[in-house]
Amino acid sequence: MNFPLWIQNLAIFLLAASMGSAFWFVARSPRWQRATRRFRNDKVGLLSACVISVYLFIGLLDSVQIPAGPHRDRTALDWMFHGIKRERTYSAPLASTSYSATRPQPLEGRHVLGTDVLGKDVLLQTLKACRTALIIGGLTSMIYIPLGTLFGVLAGYYRRWVDDVIQYIYSTLATIPSILLLIAIIMALGKGLPQISIALGVTAWVGLCRLIRGETMRQSQRAYVEAARALGQSHRQIICRHILPNVMHLVIINFILGFSGFVMTESILSYLGVGVPVGTPSWGQMIDSARMELAREPAVWWNLGASACALFFLVLALNLLGDALRRAFDPRGSSVSVSR
Amino acid sequence: MASYLIRRILYMVPIIFGVMVITFVLFFVVQSPTAMAKRILGPKAKPEAIQNWLHNRGYDKPRFINTQPGATWWDSQFVHQMKALATFDLGYSDATGESIARMFRQGAIPSLLITVPSFIFGFLISLSAALFFVFVRDSRTDLFGVILCVAMMSIPIQVYVIFGQWLIAVKTSYLPAFGFYLSGASTIKFLVLPVILYTLADLGGEVRLYRTIFLEEIHQEYVKTAQAKGVSPARVLFVHVLKNGMISIITLVVASLPFLIIGSLVLENFFGIPGLGNLTVNAIRTSDFAVVRTTVYLGSLLYLVGLLLTDICYAAVDPRIRFQ
Repeated sequence: MNFPLWIQNLAIFLLAASMGSAFWFVARSPRWQRATRRFRNDKVGLLSACVISVYLFIGLLDSVQIPAGPHRDRTALDWMFHGIKRERTYSAPLASTSYSATRPQPLEGRHVLGTDVLGKDVLLQTLKACRTALIIGGLTSMIYIPLGTLFGVLAGYYRRWVDDVIQYIYSTLATIPSILLLIAIIMALGKGLPQISIALGVTAWVGLCRLIRGETMRQSQRAYVEAARALGQSHRQIICRHILPNVMHLVIINFILGFSGFVMTESILSYLGVGVPVGTPSWGQMIDSARMELAREPAVWWNLGASACALFFLVLALNLLGDALRRAFDPRGSSVSVSR
Repeated sequence: MASYLIRRILYMVPIIFGVMVITFVLFFVVQSPTAMAKRILGPKAKPEAIQNWLHNRGYDKPRFINTQPGATWWDSQFVHQMKALATFDLGYSDATGESIARMFRQGAIPSLLITVPSFIFGFLISLSAALFFVFVRDSRTDLFGVILCVAMMSIPIQVYVIFGQWLIAVKTSYLPAFGFYLSGASTIKFLVLPVILYTLADLGGEVRLYRTIFLEEIHQEYVKTAQAKGVSPARVLFVHVLKNGMISIITLVVASLPFLIIGSLVLENFFGIPGLGNLTVNAIRTSDFAVVRTTVYLGSLLYLVGLLLTDICYAAVDPRIRFQ
């Protein structure tokens, strides 16, 4: 991380802009336009899309670096919270003294959601964890979506030995229960965000590959593929121009639903002790540390409450958005198996 | 039927081999046995102690092929591991030295005591709830039900567990908050809360899945025929649709049956139930690679057993499959 600030910030904005333009580009086909029209009338879907954009915005705020002194930079989110000082230990939301029955100490400032055991502001930690969740989800998607789509299309289009080999690989991986495989991979590779993403990617591409393979098989029997073949188009052209655009909506739906799964799995992995490294803000870590806090008398509930709510609303919005997209692309509900 | 099943079993052999290779690569190639020894014996362990530890477990042998003079070529870690797994010689825990087979036998009963009741309750409750939502389909109740299901799916299991324990055991102290003691009827009071929470955590997803399956059935031709003949909507749903939908549901459920023995990692650890889930969590926390390796392998075997049971079910209800 020794790049100048403006390069880092530029990279982040380019990434966001390219994602936006990719959506705009792909949304021009008639099928996508039909789906967009249906989606606009879906109140639940629109609301969840708004919620997700709020999370994306917070994640973006925490990624943009601004200079602060000669040797340290801080993110825009830190800058917004710069007036809030660190306390010594727990304090309840909006309390003026620290959280202790015997010797309450006066606090440095007020905290909307209180502070945790190390005296850090819970609201800031909860918001910072957005970025961790988005990074895990994003990195994992960058690993598993190309893998799953490529292998799925290849297996479904070429059949025969290609299909046999790919099917063997994914049925072997699917045989190992996914939580055990995740644990095994992270134990072998060591803790860390990239390791978690690799592990999640290895387990997640199987479902996508199976889905895309089935849909490719269905599509390649349709008349338009036969017509393309009769016109003398090469296999590569048929795959890129005809098959891929027609399976892309499944990839998007799988991506949205998969994202919610990754956020949930990260929290479970943190509980099991193979989650993100200590010191990285994450909802899983916060929920995990709340285990002992509720048993205190009186209970420390704000840490669990804040992290669980933040996680819940993101996962709920992603699930509802995934469902809404599925309804938009497939109003008759003929492909039930998308989520499984 | 017999030849069909034999074919299915033979098809599993290469998959089991693949699983063995994956576990070997993860635990012997990516993570070298020397690093494993250092993690368990601590950073200050003497080289002799590490050497000794490796030798006792046979981890100091060459990895794939033994090229040393005077040794047979198959005297390697890979061949030994394969042989041990294939003959169910599970070996000993890296951390405590206990026999893994014994640890697993002891853990199976507490795990089953939690998972079997919650499986039965969960199945019955989600089946009835799904039928109810299909009965009132396209109404406000149905929409509310679907959103409730998705909301329940969006809460991670540890939040259910932490909150449930706090609410029922700590706040009201109706039930013990922690612990497990296996002795006849008095065991029940330790089981009630974990069973309730485990059922609850899975409920949303199950109801939604079953609802989708029944909705799929309701658009079939035979439903139209029955309605045209004047069968009441309730009878169509609870007799015709239920029977046909059960075929898909049973085959789904059967595949998950063998996993009941593994139990729940989070729940067992949280309530201190000495089941297989807890065993695995403890193994993760103590870097006990032998136990994790064995759990991965046994989990895969259980998955294959579930697959086989599904195949049997399909073949039993649909004769066409047997002749494919």
